[in-house]
Amino acid sequence: MQVLKTVDPSKATPSPLGADAPLPSPRQGEGRASSTFVNIGERTNVTGSARFKKLVMAGDYAAAVEVARQQVENGAQVIDVNMDEGLLDAEHAMTTFLKLIAAEPDIARVPVMVDSSKWTVIEAGLKCVSGKPIVNSISMKEGEEEFLRYARKVRTYGAAVVVMAFDEVGQADTKARKVEICERAYRLLVGDGFPAEDIIFDPNIFAVATGIDEHRRYALDFIEACREIKARCPHVHLSGGLSNLSFSFRGNEPVRRAMHSVFLYHAIPAGLDMAIVNAGQLDVYDTIDAELREACEDVILDRRPKAGGDATERLVELAERYKGTDAATEKAAAEWRGWPVTRRLEHALVKGIDAFVVEDTEEARLEAERPIHVIEGPLMDGMNVVGDLFGAGKMFLPQVVKSARVMKKAVAHLIPFIEAEKEKSGATQGKGKVVMATVKGDVHDIGKNIVGVVLQCNGFEVIDLGVMVPWQDILRAVDENGADMIGLSGLITPSLDEMVTVATEMQREGLDLPLLIGGATTSKAHTALRIDQAYDGPVIHVLDASRAVGVASSLVSETQRDPLVARTAEEYEQVRVARARGGQNELAALAEARANAFPYDPEGKAPPPLRPGLHHYGEWPLRDLRASIDWTPFFRAWELAGTYPAILDDPVVGESARALFKDAEAMLDRIVSEHWITPRGTVGLWRCRREGDDVLVLASNEETRIPFLRQQVKKREGRANMCLADFIDPDGEDWIGGFAVGIHGLEPHLARFKDANDDYSDILLKALADRLAEAFAETLHAHVRESVWGYAGTEHLTNQQLIRENYVGIRPAPGYPACPDHSLKPALFEMLGGNPADVTLTDNFAMLPTSAVSGFYFAHRDSQYFGVARIGRDQLEDYAARRGVAVEQAERWLRPNLD
Amino acid sequence: MNPRDRLQRAAAERILLTDGAFGTEIQNRKLAEADYRGALDLARDQKGNNDILAITRPEVPDAITRAYLDAGSDIVSTNTFSANRISQADYGAERLVAEINRESARIARVAADDYAARDGRPRFVAGAIGPTNKTLSLSPNVNDPGYREIDFDGLKDVYVEQAAALIEGGVDFLLIETIFDTLNAKAGIVAALEAAEAAGRDVPLMISMTITDLSGRNLSGHTVEAFWYAVRHARPVTIGLNCSFGAQQLRPHVQALAAIADTLLMAYPNAGLPNDLGAYDERPDQTAAHIRAWADQGLVNIVGGCCGSTPAHIRAMAAAVQGLAPRKLPKPPTVTRLAGLEPMTIAA
Repeated sequence: MQVLKTVDPSKATPSPLGADAPLPSPRQGEGRASSTFVNIGERTNVTGSARFKKLVMAGDYAAAVEVARQQVENGAQVIDVNMDEGLLDAEHAMTTFLKLIAAEPDIARVPVMVDSSKWTVIEAGLKCVSGKPIVNSISMKEGEEEFLRYARKVRTYGAAVVVMAFDEVGQADTKARKVEICERAYRLLVGDGFPAEDIIFDPNIFAVATGIDEHRRYALDFIEACREIKARCPHVHLSGGLSNLSFSFRGNEPVRRAMHSVFLYHAIPAGLDMAIVNAGQLDVYDTIDAELREACEDVILDRRPKAGGDATERLVELAERYKGTDAATEKAAAEWRGWPVTRRLEHALVKGIDAFVVEDTEEARLEAERPIHVIEGPLMDGMNVVGDLFGAGKMFLPQVVKSARVMKKAVAHLIPFIEAEKEKSGATQGKGKVVMATVKGDVHDIGKNIVGVVLQCNGFEVIDLGVMVPWQDILRAVDENGADMIGLSGLITPSLDEMVTVATEMQREGLDLPLLIGGATTSKAHTALRIDQAYDGPVIHVLDASRAVGVASSLVSETQRDPLVARTAEEYEQVRVARARGGQNELAALAEARANAFPYDPEGKAPPPLRPGLHHYGEWPLRDLRASIDWTPFFRAWELAGTYPAILDDPVVGESARALFKDAEAMLDRIVSEHWITPRGTVGLWRCRREGDDVLVLASNEETRIPFLRQQVKKREGRANMCLADFIDPDGEDWIGGFAVGIHGLEPHLARFKDANDDYSDILLKALADRLAEAFAETLHAHVRESVWGYAGTEHLTNQQLIRENYVGIRPAPGYPACPDHSLKPALFEMLGGNPADVTLTDNFAMLPTSAVSGFYFAHRDSQYFGVARIGRDQLEDYAARRGVAVEQAERWLRPNLD
Repeated sequence: MNPRDRLQRAAAERILLTDGAFGTEIQNRKLAEADYRGALDLARDQKGNNDILAITRPEVPDAITRAYLDAGSDIVSTNTFSANRISQADYGAERLVAEINRESARIARVAADDYAARDGRPRFVAGAIGPTNKTLSLSPNVNDPGYREIDFDGLKDVYVEQAAALIEGGVDFLLIETIFDTLNAKAGIVAALEAAEAAGRDVPLMISMTITDLSGRNLSGHTVEAFWYAVRHARPVTIGLNCSFGAQQLRPHVQALAAIADTLLMAYPNAGLPNDLGAYDERPDQTAAHIRAWADQGLVNIVGGCCGSTPAHIRAMAAAVQGLAPRKLPKPPTVTRLAGLEPMTIAA
């Protein structure tokens, strides 16, 4: 932000301790706060909602309370309460209503905005609201003295305040007046000790498209004033009442919604932080009909339309077409409810709508001869449609998982009736039984759960053993259930070895059932070279969930099984032959690779850290992390290919991606506002020195040797054989960092989803937690660069720049290409104080909680990511010696880099 | 130097000790109704009116205060938890509210000054203001959730009367403690500001919340963070937690507050959880071990005890935290802090 200094901002925020307070420690806990837009619910405002007004006038406060509850459920982060109506005793109505909502935890969890044009009403309201509310509003219309008197009272009650751009002359309409009044108010308040961050200016949103020429610039003036006020008044917020804007289009909701969305689209980047809106009634900018959007834009930005004529006239003309369209859509939406029950169930399954599924299932049950027939008939028919659509690429994974949720709810409703029949013989004969597990030492299960759901949707019975499952349990489950196949999953590289162990044990037991391999680090090559070699039964690497059904179905089919097994075996043999023929790049000898190390440039060395040592962040604000999510991998986790945000408009997966994105956003709203999870982080910055490819780190008075691996694949002229140690000064003291972040607290929510048979939400939450962990790692890295190590100054990077890593420094993680040995984690964690960020390690170095990231910080200007790739026997032996372990041990750790 | 600066200076050097319980200490003396009543002409039974002893048996609160000072307390609080018009109405002793508070403050003041003069170490007096038994946020009538037994201005006036008398008696700080209702505390803050302004001197606040369930909320439903945001404007010299449960169960909540509060943190838990008979069994060494774990983690600036704690507990705590570094104050970023029952921050 560009700050034109008018006031010393340090005076704006008095420390509760005064000037000579003890020296502060590194900030903890609060971290940086949200920069996202705050929705203030307007439905509990008698001037904004005719319905609410009617309820309050009639004294029906119980129904009025429900309005507030709906507002919060729809995403209002603050609720505006206004009782300014001539026929009401506003003071009485205000206090009555506020006391009532104080008794409703669902509502009272969000802050209240006490809204009135009368100070007496505001003060009465403040006496009924605890927490820290917002007063809306005060202004200078009665002069500076009154203004300050009210402001002091606001402070005494402990509230933030909305200041209207209103002075002794009147309400500010032009940009110049808005800016002038706000700046004057700012100086008065801050000079009086009012915290700048508790000031919210409302520079007045007025109606446009009124046909009056003077009103043409109202919206544009507001937007431009926002930018200027933000620059002149550090730390303040900007707010406005949105419904005024579209006053001319009363009764035409689609046009009003479009105008509001377009206005916000332009005003938010200019600095509008919050607005009083109906949170349930905003359109996504991108989804507004292009013609309408452009017409709204012409009016709001006071542009001359390309289509010719006057912007207002054109919007008025266009608006005619949208009148009443809302009702038509609603009618279509409700129509399916009139269909016969079997068709309704199919529709609900295909569309993933669970709202009516229990009542529809019950209706189908009453019609059916036996409850089991409902499953075998309409429900399976519906799921078959889903399966066909998925197979044809017309439905996508997120939709399928939603369909499965509907199915599970229906089945859960039927199970008691089926059991009551006590006809166990009548149980459904599934296609086959699959035992699934994430192997020992690994805790990642998003992929496994997706495959499990997809298999269940296609008639397989899935026995899911969960995560960290030792081979003994897998074999026992196969035996007890008479399984038809096993599916193993894992995300971290040590899991590859664990899968080999399971295969070896299956061989020892003399089993011959198929073994399916899946998960992010698994590959056809590894399956062919290592797992397939350990087990004589069929072993098949399954690339993703969409192939799982095909493979599993073939394996239980009498005609397709043998051809598939034979084809796969042949494919894997070819992989092995190609490997043996040395289709690999030639390796340089370790000494040769070291001689071709990345040259160290002393010029690029980072300065010592501002704040060395350990820093703990007990709870980083979720809103902050939400803003830095890299969405592309999120869609990849759901097998939707494409880059965000382009994926939302993708002709093939766009619709599915948008629906998934919407659900993800809705869940994020709840995660953030209801505080579902806690992000914790630990950072350490230590002195270090370099010894060959090792870095010796001095953490808590103890030197720890961290050996790194060097690329050995022969490079062409001018390209170095890189090693992370190359970024540390070989000739003197240098600095290195480490970090760990973890997302805590998922468990109760996952348990809740499990109880509700809601796999979709379960997977969604885990996938979001993974993204938040990554976002935290990225955000924390920025914080370290800017303020803890402090070598970067203030970067002001956009999220896109962060994702593209347009900054100096890297944060390579053990187990990933530049530093492929997972087993470095215990040493890293030890230096970070043991269980950093409350994250612990499994035997195989997987982190718990699952959504966690850890790694090293390198700050040298030239530091960069690379892949170590294949290394030679010579480096393996050298590395084992440096780690002080047997060669066999090192071999196990580095397996993926050896083959 | 004013009391705020003096306390901050002392707290920068080491972890300070406040005192422990009065109620259980008084009960142990098995006083008779006549002891409580003294020469006062009161219609109702006075047994259990602990605060009135300041007038009728001043040597009792004086001895307890001195026992805590002997044990190592740097801060002693006045025996005035129920010395307000609402609670004294139960004993028909409303007219004595000002006198009880003035006398209690004087007893603590004299004792604290005695000890400070003896060894030169500063001692502080905190004027204790209890929550009363009325709540501004909840209805006692389940069928009428909008009903309140008392209103904000009424409660504020009750607090003003008590705060003014405590200030007159010479306290350094006003300690609004055992806050189960955040709105009550906000009324207390307004009252304290008014009383201090009337007295013409700055009397910093100490604010202490009590948690009523293990999820970490008080009775009015506020989380620890939301509570801090709701009272931060009062610039309290200490913020903290008291009563609730034992130190062990209180730790995560102390930790949450320690991470965000940019002022001294004072925590004084009960001596464990009460047994079946409502008595507290936790031994001084046990409590002290829990408190030490807090101190090892750098969570606290001032510690002490609430229900069930004795001078022996305070002595054990003092030994346990000796030489351990006090909590360093976090420097929170400039953000807008709002709160419903839950906290909300907006980047500013």
